[in-house]
Amino acid sequence: MASTTATQPRKHGRAGQGSWWAGLPGILFLIALVLGPLIIIVIYSFLSRAKLGVGVKWIFTTQPYVELFYSESLSGERTFDPTYLQILFNSALYSLVTAVVCLVLSIPIAIWIATRPPQWRTALVFLVTIPFWTSLLIRTYAWIIILNDNGPINAALEWTRLISEPIAMLYTPFATSVGLVYAFLPFMILPIYASAERFDFRLAEAAYDLGATRLTVLRRIVLPAVRPGVIAGMILVFIPALGSYLAPELLGGGKTSMIANVIAAQFGASRNWPFGAALSVMVLVITMLALVVFAVVNRRATKGGTRQELESFL
Amino acid sequence: MSRARGTGESLKNFPFFGVISIIVFAFLYVPLVFVVGYSFNANRVVTVWKGFTFDWYAEVLTNNDIQRALMNSLRVAVVATMMSVLLATGLAVGLIRMVRAGRTFAWSLIMAPLIIPEIVFAIGTLALFVQIRVPLGVEAITLAHVAFCIPFALLPIRARLRSIDLSIYEAAADLGANEWPIFRRITLPLLMPGIVAGALLAFIISLDDFLVSYFLAGPGGTTLPVYIFSMIRNAITPGVNAVSTLLLLISLLIVTGSYLITRRRRY
Repeated sequence: MASTTATQPRKHGRAGQGSWWAGLPGILFLIALVLGPLIIIVIYSFLSRAKLGVGVKWIFTTQPYVELFYSESLSGERTFDPTYLQILFNSALYSLVTAVVCLVLSIPIAIWIATRPPQWRTALVFLVTIPFWTSLLIRTYAWIIILNDNGPINAALEWTRLISEPIAMLYTPFATSVGLVYAFLPFMILPIYASAERFDFRLAEAAYDLGATRLTVLRRIVLPAVRPGVIAGMILVFIPALGSYLAPELLGGGKTSMIANVIAAQFGASRNWPFGAALSVMVLVITMLALVVFAVVNRRATKGGTRQELESFL
Repeated sequence: MSRARGTGESLKNFPFFGVISIIVFAFLYVPLVFVVGYSFNANRVVTVWKGFTFDWYAEVLTNNDIQRALMNSLRVAVVATMMSVLLATGLAVGLIRMVRAGRTFAWSLIMAPLIIPEIVFAIGTLALFVQIRVPLGVEAITLAHVAFCIPFALLPIRARLRSIDLSIYEAAADLGANEWPIFRRITLPLLMPGIVAGALLAFIISLDDFLVSYFLAGPGGTTLPVYIFSMIRNAITPGVNAVSTLLLLISLLIVTGSYLITRRRRY
């Protein structure tokens, strides 16, 4: 145990601190139920479609990946078909827009909360956290009520006589985007706040005293200080948003399908599990790429890690 | 005092931030207010107000399907919470004593469900269970929930474990206590607030989950969110708002409880 003591800043190896064996049941469980599903998806994506559609036939094939790019006519002719690539691209675009809008809204509020008196901050952070702890389904449903043709927004606009016909907002890409931003906003505010909270705002004041303008202070002093939070927020918003199911399903009205809806359909009505698995593998590939990009940016942009920020929502 | 005044000065430097913050808070809460408000609407059409009524609550609370779905949800959440807290406590203790590579591996496994899109886990778990013939239903949902409840249970426990003064162990050991008695009599009681907070968070995460439950429900495993989803799909009445309000209320009570327990922690 002497070696662990040497490599770590905290004292270890004392009686009563337990041993790594305590973590073994948890690790075995997670291997089975986190790693297991990921591995089986990769395996399924190389198998054949089952006759009745539920499950797979254990015959190796690359057909699911061919279906990603080509459509096959009845005579077996393959033509390039960008439908699914388009949906993947759209999903990534939706996620990116969501992350950027969340970022723009989060920086002011995170910095604002961080500059409140300490006794206020905990309560304000709690207020940001509450929506995160309420059902995503209900939060998405709320926008059906708000955006529909006789919902409060249209009612208010008609009452002020700004419009005579209701504006169709529900079942549009706009509705999907609003739902996504609403779902993920706390995931951006909290990590940025975690960075801002550790920043000594007297430094900003020092910059003012030295003659910097408001914009310069924000751009050169405050924003670099919250960069780890921004990177953590981008990870926590962009990647999970990529697999969003509820917002496009309930608010997009089928017109704005994202990749999760297509995957769900393959495991439901379309009954093509291998193809659904292949689409999921594509989602995993984009996830990996995004993580690599963020890791590179993180290494360049921040001295420390982003772990503290990543955990900030708890 | 001077520090508080100092931070007060700097806020004046970004005055537009305050206005944006208030708008963002409104954005976060107004939709929930509408869900709750319209649950008292006497009209069948949710967004056309006719008058105040509690009828939807009476209707929802006496609905057999909703009662069954709620029972399923509670069974899943209670068992998933107990399992995830047990495993997470072990992980929290074990993580500290792992070699670096092991810790990184364990940590990736723990955090993966928070980052990887949920749809991938949902269909992956479905495929896994169908492959190894785990029947779909309440038990299947419970097992899957434990996987993503663990990180939520773990973090408060770990934060608590880290705050324990190490000299306490030394004192106990010097006085002749062994490994297990020290854990049971000293570590565990000190961890309790973290364990309770972690359990509450795991409970809400399980109770509110839709996507994983939706794929693993099978014929008899409909949970409350899965049932609400089918209500939204069929016909939107204030009844949907009434069930939703009840679910919101449960979440709110539990998260407030967790907040009060961990309040001393600095954010």
